[in-house]
Amino acid sequence: MGLAGFEVEVQRETDGVLATEDMTLSMGPQHPSTHGVLRFVVRADGEVMKEAIPDIGYLHRSIEKIAEKVGWHGFMPYTDRVDYVAAMPCNQGWAMAAERLAGIEVPKRGEYCRVIATEFSRIHSHLLSVGSMAMDIGATTPFTHAIREREYINDLIEEVCGARLTFNYMRIGGVAWDLPPAWREKALAYIDRFEPLIDEYDRLISYNKIYVERLAGVAPITPEDAIAWNLVGPNLRGSGVRFDVRRDEPYSVYPELEFDVPVGRGELGTLGDCFDRYIVRMREMRESCRIIRQCLRQLPGGAVLAKVPRNFKPPAGDCYVRVESARGDMGWYVVSDGTSFPYRVKIRTGSFAAISMIQKLSKNLMIADLIAVIASLDLVAPEIDR
Amino acid sequence: MPGLDAAAIHARLAARFGDAVGALEGARRDNASATVAPAALVAVCRFLQTEDALAFDCLSNLSGVDYPKRNVIQVVYNLYSYRHRHPFALKVDAAREDPVVPSVAALWPHAEWQEREVFDLLGVRFEGHPDLRRILMPEDWPGHPLRKDFVEPEEYHGISTSRESLLKA
Repeated sequence: MGLAGFEVEVQRETDGVLATEDMTLSMGPQHPSTHGVLRFVVRADGEVMKEAIPDIGYLHRSIEKIAEKVGWHGFMPYTDRVDYVAAMPCNQGWAMAAERLAGIEVPKRGEYCRVIATEFSRIHSHLLSVGSMAMDIGATTPFTHAIREREYINDLIEEVCGARLTFNYMRIGGVAWDLPPAWREKALAYIDRFEPLIDEYDRLISYNKIYVERLAGVAPITPEDAIAWNLVGPNLRGSGVRFDVRRDEPYSVYPELEFDVPVGRGELGTLGDCFDRYIVRMREMRESCRIIRQCLRQLPGGAVLAKVPRNFKPPAGDCYVRVESARGDMGWYVVSDGTSFPYRVKIRTGSFAAISMIQKLSKNLMIADLIAVIASLDLVAPEIDR
Repeated sequence: MPGLDAAAIHARLAARFGDAVGALEGARRDNASATVAPAALVAVCRFLQTEDALAFDCLSNLSGVDYPKRNVIQVVYNLYSYRHRHPFALKVDAAREDPVVPSVAALWPHAEWQEREVFDLLGVRFEGHPDLRRILMPEDWPGHPLRKDFVEPEEYHGISTSRESLLKA
């Protein structure tokens, strides 16, 4: 006597050959490795996937509709929620779009504060990404190291803007607060301490044999595919495309700063594999340290916020502004009709593009490798759904 | 090869497609655009993608904007060429009652998802799309939330969509 629903026909033979069927599995929406609430419908033959179809929308809050209701200044805290892992670039994208429409110039010191905050945000986002990637693959210790450093950076940012995750630091026209006294020295001291830790992290996990074997050669993406599927940021650069909005579509004070754009080279496997996407993030943290150092040294005096009317009404028009967020080229298509409320805001995010590619990437991968692919694409579910 | 400016890109489009491509709008790099007749959209996109000097290899952003006063839903294509590092935007107006725009998913694979999002939130039908269904909202959601006249339903499957203010005395 079997349990209801579990009567399984164990074997069906046809012409002496064992007949098999594909399994259809639901992975998520609650799953420790999905980096938020998202779901995959996996069709697998044993351990090998035929395909994994992403099912998104669980975190859709219609942030774009909210923008139309809360006004230009009022929308700033909502931008934090687009990508809460790296909220500063979202702040910056929104501020820049509004400034572009109204023709506002941000004071130099304000721009430097923005870049410092954004680069710290990039480092702490990459720390979470590489830390959780190691954990997803089965190495739990590196995560604690990464999170420890992320906490120190949160402390630093908290001193600047009072928040540790959703910063609401920037304003249309600059930033809300100047750097506190003696913060510059503290930040420099922290960068001096942090940079050698990247080497330590490399020794701990980056070139670990098991880790490398789980990543190298897995789910490679060609440069042509990466562009056609709209991959951006470290995912695009992991495939060897040397493109960074900060360098190639320059904004803010990035043209005054020196930094390299690391790209994947397929050094341990195939160009554009999971390892390349991982190692690009590790190298970008070093570049961010370089940028922060230069900013802190060159920091000019003066105001941090331009004079912007409280009842902000940019002239009618539209613009498409791009910033390099931690997950890459983040686009803001903003339409103004000349009133105190934005007419339309569309946020183009890196995670939305990256997850759309999973169905193609998942063919013939092991189910366990899907976890590595999700982690290497650095998906953040609220950024997918907005 | 260095990129072209918006005027040069527009000149090439105008020379090839004549009246199907509207005048160049916007003077900045971030807002230069041209309005395209829906019927010509796929041909214009293919031209932008395949012509060597243009080489728009990426549909960077796709968005829809509802303009009830003009009675259109405008679909905006923000294109980018990684090869030449130049941007350009196309705009297509679709009638509000039955907005239909040809799909470009055959040209840029990611457009498949981008078009699903515009369909979901604004109700634009993309003709020729391989799998046009909602992507962010639930399948049985009534209406398209980014339309200007969208009214939020009071409840969804018995779940209230509003609540009393917690700030009331």
